[in-house]
Amino acid sequence: MEPMACQWTDAPHSMGTTIMAVEYNGGVILGADSRTTTGVYVANRASDKITELTDNVYLCRSGSAADSQVVSDYVRYFLNQHTILLGRLATVKTASTLVKELSYQNKSFLETGLIVAGWDKYEGGSVYGIPLGGTLLRLPFATGGSGSSYLYGFLDQAWKSNMTQEEAEALVVKSISLAIARDGASGGVVRTVTINEEGVQRKFYAGDKLPLFHEEIAPRPTPIHAN
Amino acid sequence: MTSIGTGYDLSVTTFSPDGRVFQVEYASKAVDNSGTVVGIKCKDGVVLGVEKLISSKMLLEGSNRRIHAVDRHAGMAMAGLASDGRQIVTKARSEASSYRSFYGEEVPIGELCERVAHYVHLCTLYWWLRPFGSSAILGGYDRDGPQLYMIEPSGVAYRYFGAAVGKGRQAAKTEIEKLNLSEMTCRQGVIAIAKIIYGVHDEAKDKAFELEMSWICDESNREHQRVPADLLAEAKTAAKEAQEEDMDAD
Repeated sequence: MEPMACQWTDAPHSMGTTIMAVEYNGGVILGADSRTTTGVYVANRASDKITELTDNVYLCRSGSAADSQVVSDYVRYFLNQHTILLGRLATVKTASTLVKELSYQNKSFLETGLIVAGWDKYEGGSVYGIPLGGTLLRLPFATGGSGSSYLYGFLDQAWKSNMTQEEAEALVVKSISLAIARDGASGGVVRTVTINEEGVQRKFYAGDKLPLFHEEIAPRPTPIHAN
Repeated sequence: MTSIGTGYDLSVTTFSPDGRVFQVEYASKAVDNSGTVVGIKCKDGVVLGVEKLISSKMLLEGSNRRIHAVDRHAGMAMAGLASDGRQIVTKARSEASSYRSFYGEEVPIGELCERVAHYVHLCTLYWWLRPFGSSAILGGYDRDGPQLYMIEPSGVAYRYFGAAVGKGRQAAKTEIEKLNLSEMTCRQGVIAIAKIIYGVHDEAKDKAFELEMSWICDESNREHQRVPADLLAEAKTAAKEAQEEDMDAD
Protein backbone atom coordinates (compact mmCIF):
# COMPACT_ATOMS: atom_id res chain seq x y z
CA MET A 1 0.00 0.00 0.00
CA GLU A 2 1.27 3.42 -0.94
CA PRO A 3 1.75 5.91 1.84
CA MET A 4 -1.55 7.71 2.36
CA ALA A 5 -0.12 11.14 1.75
CA CYS A 6 0.54 10.34 -1.95
CA GLN A 7 -2.96 9.14 -2.88
CA TRP A 8 -4.03 12.41 -4.43
CA THR A 9 -1.55 11.83 -7.26
CA ASP A 10 -3.01 8.62 -8.63
CA ALA A 11 -6.27 7.74 -6.88
CA PRO A 12 -9.37 8.28 -9.01
CA HIS A 13 -11.79 11.05 -8.13
CA SER A 14 -14.44 9.43 -6.04
CA MET A 15 -17.52 10.75 -4.39
CA GLY A 16 -17.69 9.16 -0.95
CA THR A 17 -21.08 10.64 -0.76
CA THR A 18 -24.42 11.14 0.84
CA ILE A 19 -27.21 11.52 -1.71
CA MET A 20 -30.96 11.15 -1.39
CA ALA A 21 -34.29 11.97 -2.99
CA VAL A 22 -37.75 12.09 -1.44
CA GLU A 23 -41.24 12.23 -2.91
CA TYR A 24 -43.61 14.72 -1.31
CA ASN A 25 -47.25 15.58 -1.99
CA GLY A 26 -46.50 17.83 -5.00
CA GLY A 27 -43.14 16.73 -6.34
CA VAL A 28 -39.68 15.57 -5.34
CA ILE A 29 -36.65 16.90 -3.48
CA LEU A 30 -33.12 15.75 -4.22
CA GLY A 31 -30.28 16.36 -1.78
CA ALA A 32 -26.53 15.83 -1.70
CA ASP A 33 -23.38 16.74 0.19
CA SER A 34 -20.48 18.29 -1.76
CA ARG A 35 -17.27 16.39 -0.97
CA THR A 36 -15.17 14.91 -3.79
CA THR A 37 -11.99 13.04 -2.81
CA THR A 38 -8.93 11.47 -4.39
CA GLY A 39 -8.07 8.96 -1.71
CA VAL A 40 -8.00 10.94 1.52
CA TYR A 41 -7.44 14.29 -0.21
CA VAL A 42 -10.48 16.50 -0.60
CA ALA A 43 -10.23 17.44 -4.28
CA ASN A 44 -13.36 19.59 -4.23
CA ARG A 45 -15.26 20.68 -1.16
CA ALA A 46 -18.15 22.34 -2.96
CA SER A 47 -18.94 19.97 -5.83
CA ASP A 48 -22.41 19.67 -7.35
CA LYS A 49 -23.57 16.06 -7.33
CA ILE A 50 -27.10 16.86 -8.50
CA THR A 51 -27.10 16.94 -12.28
CA GLU A 52 -29.79 18.02 -14.74
CA LEU A 53 -30.98 15.35 -17.20
CA THR A 54 -33.88 17.30 -18.72
CA ASP A 55 -35.97 20.28 -17.64
CA ASN A 56 -38.04 18.14 -15.29
CA VAL A 57 -35.69 15.29 -14.27
CA TYR A 58 -32.51 15.48 -12.18
CA LEU A 59 -30.01 12.90 -11.01
CA CYS A 60 -27.93 12.39 -7.84
CA ARG A 61 -24.52 10.88 -8.53
CA SER A 62 -22.34 8.72 -6.24
CA GLY A 63 -19.23 6.54 -6.66
CA SER A 64 -16.70 7.33 -9.38
CA ALA A 65 -17.06 10.96 -10.50
CA ALA A 66 -15.98 10.09 -14.03
CA ASP A 67 -18.35 7.12 -14.44
CA SER A 68 -21.37 8.95 -13.09
CA GLN A 69 -20.67 11.94 -15.35
CA VAL A 70 -20.40 9.78 -18.45
CA VAL A 71 -23.66 7.97 -17.67
CA SER A 72 -25.51 11.23 -17.07
CA ASP A 73 -24.00 12.80 -20.23
CA TYR A 74 -25.28 9.94 -22.38
CA VAL A 75 -28.72 10.00 -20.78
CA ARG A 76 -28.95 13.76 -21.25
CA TYR A 77 -28.10 13.30 -24.93
CA PHE A 78 -30.71 10.57 -25.44
CA LEU A 79 -33.40 12.49 -23.56
CA ASN A 80 -32.72 15.59 -25.61
CA GLN A 81 -33.47 13.71 -28.83
CA HIS A 82 -36.43 11.97 -27.24
CA THR A 83 -37.98 15.27 -26.11
CA ILE A 84 -37.67 16.79 -29.59
CA LEU A 85 -39.12 13.67 -31.24
CA LEU A 86 -42.10 13.48 -28.90
CA GLY A 87 -42.72 17.21 -28.71
CA ARG A 88 -43.25 16.98 -24.96
CA LEU A 89 -41.16 16.48 -21.83
CA ALA A 90 -39.81 13.01 -21.15
CA THR A 91 -41.27 11.12 -18.20
CA VAL A 92 -39.22 10.32 -15.11
CA LYS A 93 -39.75 6.63 -15.88
CA THR A 94 -38.22 7.01 -19.33
CA ALA A 95 -35.23 8.93 -17.96
CA SER A 96 -34.59 6.33 -15.28
CA THR A 97 -34.98 3.45 -17.75
CA LEU A 98 -32.22 4.99 -19.85
CA VAL A 99 -29.97 5.34 -16.80
CA LYS A 100 -30.71 1.72 -15.88
CA GLU A 101 -29.95 0.51 -19.41
CA LEU A 102 -26.51 2.16 -19.41
CA SER A 103 -25.74 1.07 -15.84
CA TYR A 104 -26.80 -2.51 -16.48
CA GLN A 105 -25.26 -3.02 -19.91
CA ASN A 106 -21.90 -1.63 -18.73
CA LYS A 107 -21.99 -2.94 -15.17
CA SER A 108 -18.52 -4.54 -15.41
CA PHE A 109 -16.93 -1.16 -16.19
CA LEU A 110 -18.93 1.17 -13.99
CA GLU A 111 -18.70 1.98 -10.32
CA THR A 112 -21.57 4.35 -9.74
CA GLY A 113 -24.86 4.39 -7.88
CA LEU A 114 -27.47 6.87 -9.06
CA ILE A 115 -30.81 8.26 -7.96
CA VAL A 116 -33.15 9.69 -10.60
CA ALA A 117 -35.99 11.97 -9.52
CA GLY A 118 -38.31 14.39 -11.23
CA TRP A 119 -41.83 15.45 -12.03
CA ASP A 120 -44.10 14.68 -15.01
CA LYS A 121 -47.76 15.36 -15.67
CA TYR A 122 -48.72 11.67 -15.70
CA GLU A 123 -47.15 10.35 -12.48
CA GLY A 124 -46.43 13.59 -10.62
CA GLY A 125 -43.22 13.39 -8.59
CA SER A 126 -41.33 10.09 -8.64
CA VAL A 127 -38.02 8.74 -7.37
CA TYR A 128 -36.03 5.85 -8.86
CA GLY A 129 -32.94 4.24 -7.36
CA ILE A 130 -30.34 2.64 -9.62
CA PRO A 131 -27.67 1.00 -7.41
CA LEU A 132 -24.41 -0.61 -8.50
CA GLY A 133 -25.57 -3.61 -10.60
CA GLY A 134 -28.12 -1.64 -12.63
CA THR A 135 -31.35 -2.57 -10.85
CA LEU A 136 -34.18 -0.08 -11.34
CA LEU A 137 -36.39 0.50 -8.31
CA ARG A 138 -39.22 2.95 -7.88
CA LEU A 139 -39.20 4.12 -4.27
CA PRO A 140 -40.99 6.72 -2.15
CA PHE A 141 -37.54 7.83 -1.04
CA ALA A 142 -34.01 6.70 -1.87
CA THR A 143 -30.58 7.19 -0.33
CA GLY A 144 -27.13 6.44 -1.69
CA GLY A 145 -23.39 6.79 -1.19
CA SER A 146 -21.21 5.89 1.79
CA GLY A 147 -23.13 8.24 4.09
CA SER A 148 -26.44 6.46 3.48
CA SER A 149 -25.53 3.63 5.87
CA TYR A 150 -25.79 6.11 8.74
CA LEU A 151 -29.31 7.09 7.73
CA TYR A 152 -31.35 3.88 7.61
CA GLY A 153 -32.49 3.91 11.21
CA PHE A 154 -33.13 7.62 11.17
CA LEU A 155 -35.26 7.51 8.02
CA ASP A 156 -37.20 4.45 9.24
CA GLN A 157 -38.29 6.69 12.07
CA ALA A 158 -38.49 10.13 10.45
CA TRP A 159 -39.88 9.45 6.96
CA LYS A 160 -43.62 9.56 6.38
CA SER A 161 -45.69 9.45 3.24
CA ASN A 162 -47.42 12.49 1.75
CA MET A 163 -45.23 15.16 3.33
CA THR A 164 -45.49 18.85 2.45
CA GLN A 165 -42.65 20.50 0.56
CA GLU A 166 -41.39 22.15 3.77
CA GLU A 167 -41.44 18.88 5.74
CA ALA A 168 -39.66 16.99 2.96
CA GLU A 169 -37.00 19.66 2.56
CA ALA A 170 -36.33 19.74 6.30
CA LEU A 171 -36.00 15.95 6.28
CA VAL A 172 -33.50 16.02 3.40
CA VAL A 173 -31.32 18.73 4.95
CA LYS A 174 -31.35 17.04 8.35
CA SER A 175 -30.50 13.63 6.82
CA ILE A 176 -27.55 14.93 4.81
CA SER A 177 -26.31 16.89 7.82
CA LEU A 178 -26.47 13.79 10.04
CA ALA A 179 -24.56 11.76 7.47
CA ILE A 180 -21.95 14.50 7.08
CA ALA A 181 -21.47 14.42 10.87
CA ARG A 182 -20.77 10.67 10.99
CA ASP A 183 -19.34 9.85 7.52
CA GLY A 184 -15.75 10.98 6.96
CA ALA A 185 -16.18 10.72 3.19
CA SER A 186 -19.14 13.13 3.14
CA GLY A 187 -18.89 16.80 3.90
CA GLY A 188 -18.89 20.40 2.76
CA VAL A 189 -22.27 21.96 2.04
CA VAL A 190 -25.79 20.63 1.44
CA ARG A 191 -27.37 21.19 -1.97
CA THR A 192 -31.03 20.50 -2.72
CA VAL A 193 -33.11 20.56 -5.89
CA THR A 194 -36.90 20.75 -5.67
CA ILE A 195 -38.93 19.71 -8.73
CA ASN A 196 -42.70 20.09 -9.05
CA GLU A 197 -45.37 21.33 -11.45
CA GLU A 198 -44.05 24.90 -11.21
CA GLY A 199 -40.51 23.98 -12.18
CA VAL A 200 -37.12 23.53 -10.56
CA GLN A 201 -35.65 25.31 -7.55
CA ARG A 202 -32.06 24.93 -6.30
CA LYS A 203 -31.04 25.62 -2.71
CA PHE A 204 -27.70 25.85 -0.95
CA TYR A 205 -27.00 25.33 2.77
CA ALA A 206 -23.52 26.54 3.80
CA GLY A 207 -21.38 24.03 5.71
CA ASP A 208 -21.02 26.25 8.79
CA LYS A 209 -24.78 26.88 8.97
CA LEU A 210 -25.81 23.22 9.18
CA PRO A 211 -27.44 21.87 12.36
CA LEU A 212 -25.03 20.32 14.90
CA PHE A 213 -25.70 16.94 16.49
CA HIS A 214 -24.44 14.87 19.42
CA GLU A 215 -20.65 15.20 20.02
CA GLU A 216 -20.19 17.48 16.99
CA ILE A 217 -17.70 20.33 17.29
CA ALA A 218 -18.94 23.72 16.11
CA PRO A 219 -16.96 25.15 13.21
CA ARG A 220 -14.54 27.90 14.32
CA PRO A 221 -14.92 31.30 12.67
CA THR A 222 -12.37 31.89 9.92
CA PRO A 223 -9.42 33.86 11.35
CA ILE A 224 -9.02 37.32 9.83
CA HIS A 225 -5.43 37.92 8.71
CA ALA A 226 -3.88 41.35 8.70
CA ASN A 227 -2.38 41.09 5.20
CA MET B 1 -55.65 8.33 -63.00
CA THR B 2 -56.57 9.74 -66.36
CA SER B 3 -53.27 9.72 -68.18
CA ILE B 4 -51.40 6.49 -68.81
CA GLY B 5 -47.84 6.44 -67.64
CA THR B 6 -46.38 5.06 -70.86
CA GLY B 7 -42.78 4.16 -70.16
CA TYR B 8 -42.79 5.74 -66.74
CA ASP B 9 -44.91 3.31 -64.75
CA LEU B 10 -42.61 0.34 -64.24
CA SER B 11 -40.18 1.65 -61.66
CA VAL B 12 -40.63 3.27 -58.28
CA THR B 13 -37.41 5.16 -58.83
CA THR B 14 -38.56 7.03 -61.94
CA PHE B 15 -40.87 10.03 -61.93
CA SER B 16 -43.21 10.58 -64.84
CA PRO B 17 -42.71 13.90 -66.70
CA ASP B 18 -45.62 15.42 -64.75
CA GLY B 19 -44.08 14.42 -61.42
CA ARG B 20 -45.88 11.22 -60.46
CA VAL B 21 -44.68 7.85 -59.29
CA PHE B 22 -47.06 5.43 -60.96
CA GLN B 23 -45.99 2.31 -59.09
CA VAL B 24 -47.15 3.90 -55.85
CA GLU B 25 -50.49 4.80 -57.44
CA TYR B 26 -50.90 1.23 -58.65
CA ALA B 27 -50.22 0.02 -55.11
CA SER B 28 -53.09 2.22 -53.94
CA LYS B 29 -55.26 0.52 -56.59
CA ALA B 30 -54.60 -2.80 -54.86
CA VAL B 31 -55.97 -1.27 -51.66
CA ASP B 32 -59.01 0.21 -53.40
CA ASN B 33 -60.11 -3.24 -54.56
CA SER B 34 -59.96 -4.73 -51.08
CA GLY B 35 -62.83 -5.36 -48.69
CA THR B 36 -63.85 -2.23 -46.79
CA VAL B 37 -61.95 -1.39 -43.62
CA VAL B 38 -63.34 1.19 -41.20
CA GLY B 39 -61.93 2.81 -38.08
CA ILE B 40 -63.55 5.40 -35.81
CA LYS B 41 -62.47 7.30 -32.73
CA CYS B 42 -65.22 7.53 -30.13
CA LYS B 43 -65.15 9.44 -26.86
CA ASP B 44 -63.86 6.44 -24.85
CA GLY B 45 -61.73 4.60 -27.39
CA VAL B 46 -61.19 3.37 -30.92
CA VAL B 47 -63.14 0.76 -32.90
CA LEU B 48 -61.84 -1.07 -35.98
CA GLY B 49 -64.01 -3.04 -38.39
CA VAL B 50 -63.21 -5.11 -41.48
CA GLU B 51 -65.35 -6.54 -44.24
CA LYS B 52 -63.27 -9.67 -44.76
CA LEU B 53 -64.13 -11.16 -48.12
CA ILE B 54 -64.29 -14.95 -48.04
CA SER B 55 -62.52 -16.55 -50.99
CA SER B 56 -63.84 -20.05 -50.37
CA LYS B 57 -66.83 -21.55 -48.61
CA MET B 58 -64.51 -24.14 -47.06
CA LEU B 59 -62.52 -21.49 -45.23
CA LEU B 60 -62.61 -21.83 -41.46
CA GLU B 61 -64.36 -18.96 -39.74
CA GLY B 62 -61.92 -16.67 -37.98
CA SER B 63 -58.93 -17.53 -40.16
CA ASN B 64 -56.87 -15.09 -42.24
CA ARG B 65 -57.46 -12.29 -39.82
CA ARG B 66 -57.08 -8.74 -41.05
CA ILE B 67 -57.04 -7.14 -37.62
CA HIS B 68 -53.83 -7.67 -35.69
CA ALA B 69 -52.63 -6.77 -32.22
CA VAL B 70 -49.47 -4.64 -32.31
CA ASP B 71 -48.98 -4.11 -28.59
CA ARG B 72 -51.18 -4.25 -25.50
CA HIS B 73 -52.53 -0.80 -26.32
CA ALA B 74 -52.48 -0.77 -30.13
CA GLY B 75 -53.95 -2.68 -33.04
CA MET B 76 -53.99 -2.52 -36.83
CA ALA B 77 -56.62 -3.29 -39.45
CA MET B 78 -55.16 -4.03 -42.87
CA ALA B 79 -56.71 -3.35 -46.27
CA GLY B 80 -55.24 -4.57 -49.54
CA LEU B 81 -52.84 -7.49 -49.93
CA ALA B 82 -53.11 -9.46 -46.70
CA SER B 83 -49.56 -10.76 -46.88
CA ASP B 84 -48.10 -7.26 -47.40
CA GLY B 85 -50.18 -6.18 -44.45
CA ARG B 86 -48.65 -8.85 -42.21
CA GLN B 87 -45.22 -7.51 -43.04
CA ILE B 88 -46.29 -4.04 -41.89
CA VAL B 89 -47.78 -5.48 -38.69
CA THR B 90 -44.56 -7.37 -37.95
CA LYS B 91 -42.61 -4.15 -38.30
CA ALA B 92 -45.06 -2.29 -36.07
CA ARG B 93 -44.75 -4.99 -33.39
CA SER B 94 -40.98 -4.88 -33.41
CA GLU B 95 -40.97 -1.09 -33.19
CA ALA B 96 -43.44 -1.18 -30.28
CA SER B 97 -41.38 -3.72 -28.38
CA SER B 98 -38.04 -2.01 -29.03
CA TYR B 99 -39.49 1.30 -27.82
CA ARG B 100 -40.73 -0.39 -24.68
CA SER B 101 -37.38 -2.00 -23.88
CA PHE B 102 -35.44 1.21 -24.51
CA TYR B 103 -37.69 3.78 -22.86
CA GLY B 104 -39.53 1.57 -20.36
CA GLU B 105 -42.96 2.75 -21.51
CA GLU B 106 -45.63 1.99 -24.08
CA VAL B 107 -44.88 3.56 -27.43
CA PRO B 108 -47.06 6.64 -28.04
CA ILE B 109 -49.43 5.89 -30.94
CA GLY B 110 -48.25 8.90 -32.94
CA GLU B 111 -44.64 7.78 -32.64
CA LEU B 112 -45.54 4.20 -33.62
CA CYS B 113 -47.43 5.49 -36.64
CA GLU B 114 -44.50 7.65 -37.70
CA ARG B 115 -42.06 4.75 -37.47
CA VAL B 116 -44.29 2.42 -39.47
CA ALA B 117 -44.93 5.13 -42.07
CA HIS B 118 -41.16 5.62 -42.44
CA TYR B 119 -40.80 1.92 -43.18
CA VAL B 120 -43.64 1.89 -45.71
CA HIS B 121 -42.17 4.96 -47.38
CA LEU B 122 -38.72 3.37 -47.63
CA CYS B 123 -40.17 0.75 -49.94
CA THR B 124 -41.03 3.46 -52.46
CA LEU B 125 -37.44 4.68 -52.74
CA TYR B 126 -35.44 1.72 -54.14
CA TRP B 127 -35.66 -0.01 -57.51
CA TRP B 128 -35.22 -3.43 -55.96
CA LEU B 129 -38.25 -3.01 -53.71
CA ARG B 130 -41.97 -2.97 -54.42
CA PRO B 131 -44.31 -0.62 -52.54
CA PHE B 132 -46.73 -2.25 -50.12
CA GLY B 133 -50.11 -3.07 -51.64
CA SER B 134 -51.88 -2.34 -48.39
CA SER B 135 -53.05 0.44 -46.14
CA ALA B 136 -53.05 0.18 -42.37
CA ILE B 137 -55.58 1.71 -40.02
CA LEU B 138 -53.81 2.00 -36.71
CA GLY B 139 -55.78 2.44 -33.51
CA GLY B 140 -54.42 2.86 -30.03
CA TYR B 141 -54.91 4.28 -26.58
CA ASP B 142 -51.98 5.98 -24.88
CA ARG B 143 -51.49 8.61 -22.17
CA ASP B 144 -52.89 11.27 -24.46
CA GLY B 145 -56.09 9.28 -25.04
CA PRO B 146 -57.49 7.23 -27.92
CA GLN B 147 -56.06 7.90 -31.38
CA LEU B 148 -56.63 6.73 -34.92
CA TYR B 149 -54.19 6.90 -37.85
CA MET B 150 -54.10 5.63 -41.40
CA ILE B 151 -50.88 4.74 -43.23
CA GLU B 152 -51.05 4.60 -47.02
CA PRO B 153 -48.80 2.72 -49.49
CA SER B 154 -46.99 5.97 -50.34
CA GLY B 155 -45.84 6.25 -46.72
CA VAL B 156 -48.02 9.21 -45.82
CA ALA B 157 -49.98 8.95 -42.60
CA TYR B 158 -52.70 11.15 -41.17
CA ARG B 159 -54.62 11.19 -37.94
CA TYR B 160 -58.42 10.81 -38.23
CA PHE B 161 -61.67 10.87 -36.31
CA GLY B 162 -62.94 8.30 -38.75
CA ALA B 163 -61.25 6.56 -41.66
CA ALA B 164 -62.31 4.13 -44.35
CA VAL B 165 -60.44 2.30 -47.12
CA GLY B 166 -61.23 -0.39 -49.64
CA LYS B 167 -64.06 -0.94 -52.09
CA GLY B 168 -66.81 0.75 -50.11
CA ARG B 169 -64.74 3.64 -48.73
CA GLN B 170 -66.75 6.42 -50.36
CA ALA B 171 -70.09 5.27 -49.02
CA ALA B 172 -68.52 4.40 -45.67
CA LYS B 173 -66.99 7.87 -45.31
CA THR B 174 -70.35 9.55 -45.96
CA GLU B 175 -71.89 7.38 -43.26
CA ILE B 176 -69.05 8.09 -40.78
CA GLU B 177 -69.48 11.82 -41.32
CA LYS B 178 -73.09 11.51 -40.12
CA LEU B 179 -71.99 10.01 -36.79
CA ASN B 180 -71.58 12.16 -33.71
CA LEU B 181 -68.19 10.71 -32.81
CA SER B 182 -67.40 13.01 -29.90
CA GLU B 183 -70.53 11.86 -28.04
CA MET B 184 -70.53 8.24 -29.09
CA THR B 185 -69.26 5.37 -26.92
CA CYS B 186 -67.35 2.47 -28.41
CA ARG B 187 -70.27 0.15 -27.64
CA GLN B 188 -72.43 2.33 -29.91
CA GLY B 189 -69.51 2.61 -32.33
CA VAL B 190 -69.40 -1.16 -32.81
CA ILE B 191 -73.06 -1.17 -33.89
CA ALA B 192 -72.50 1.83 -36.15
CA ILE B 193 -69.52 0.24 -37.93
CA ALA B 194 -71.37 -3.05 -38.34
CA LYS B 195 -74.25 -1.17 -39.99
CA ILE B 196 -71.85 0.69 -42.27
CA ILE B 197 -70.01 -2.44 -43.38
CA TYR B 198 -73.21 -4.40 -43.98
CA GLY B 199 -74.54 -1.35 -45.79
CA VAL B 200 -71.65 -0.95 -48.23
CA HIS B 201 -71.47 -4.67 -48.99
CA ASP B 202 -73.05 -5.44 -52.32
CA GLU B 203 -74.62 -8.86 -51.90
CA ALA B 204 -75.30 -9.29 -55.60
CA LYS B 205 -71.83 -8.39 -56.81
CA ASP B 206 -69.43 -9.14 -53.94
CA LYS B 207 -68.24 -12.39 -52.42
CA ALA B 208 -69.52 -13.49 -49.03
CA PHE B 209 -67.87 -11.76 -46.10
CA GLU B 210 -67.13 -12.08 -42.43
CA LEU B 211 -67.33 -9.08 -40.11
CA GLU B 212 -64.16 -8.76 -38.06
CA MET B 213 -64.03 -6.18 -35.27
CA SER B 214 -61.72 -5.04 -32.50
CA TRP B 215 -61.60 -2.18 -30.05
CA ILE B 216 -59.30 -0.38 -27.62
CA CYS B 217 -61.39 1.44 -25.05
CA ASP B 218 -62.07 1.99 -21.37
CA GLU B 219 -64.34 -1.08 -21.41
CA SER B 220 -61.46 -3.26 -22.66
CA ASN B 221 -59.19 -1.74 -20.01
CA ARG B 222 -57.43 0.32 -22.71
CA GLU B 223 -56.18 -2.86 -24.34
CA HIS B 224 -56.58 -3.98 -27.92
CA GLN B 225 -59.13 -6.80 -27.91
CA ARG B 226 -61.57 -8.46 -30.25
CA VAL B 227 -65.06 -7.13 -29.73
CA PRO B 228 -66.82 -9.60 -27.35
CA ALA B 229 -68.79 -12.29 -29.20
CA ASP B 230 -72.16 -11.28 -27.73
CA LEU B 231 -71.72 -7.64 -28.70
CA LEU B 232 -70.54 -8.62 -32.18
CA ALA B 233 -73.62 -10.83 -32.59
CA GLU B 234 -75.82 -7.98 -31.40
CA ALA B 235 -74.14 -5.64 -33.89
CA LYS B 236 -74.64 -8.08 -36.75
CA THR B 237 -78.32 -8.45 -35.91
CA ALA B 238 -78.77 -4.70 -35.70
CA ALA B 239 -76.99 -4.28 -39.05
CA LYS B 240 -79.15 -6.87 -40.76
CA GLU B 241 -82.32 -5.33 -39.32
CA ALA B 242 -81.25 -1.89 -40.53
CA GLN B 243 -80.69 -3.32 -44.00
CA GLU B 244 -84.16 -4.86 -44.07
CA GLU B 245 -85.69 -1.58 -42.97
CA ASP B 246 -83.87 0.13 -45.83
CA MET B 247 -85.21 -2.46 -48.26
CA ASP B 248 -88.75 -1.93 -46.98
CA ALA B 249 -88.38 1.82 -47.37
CA ASP B 250 -87.27 1.45 -51.00
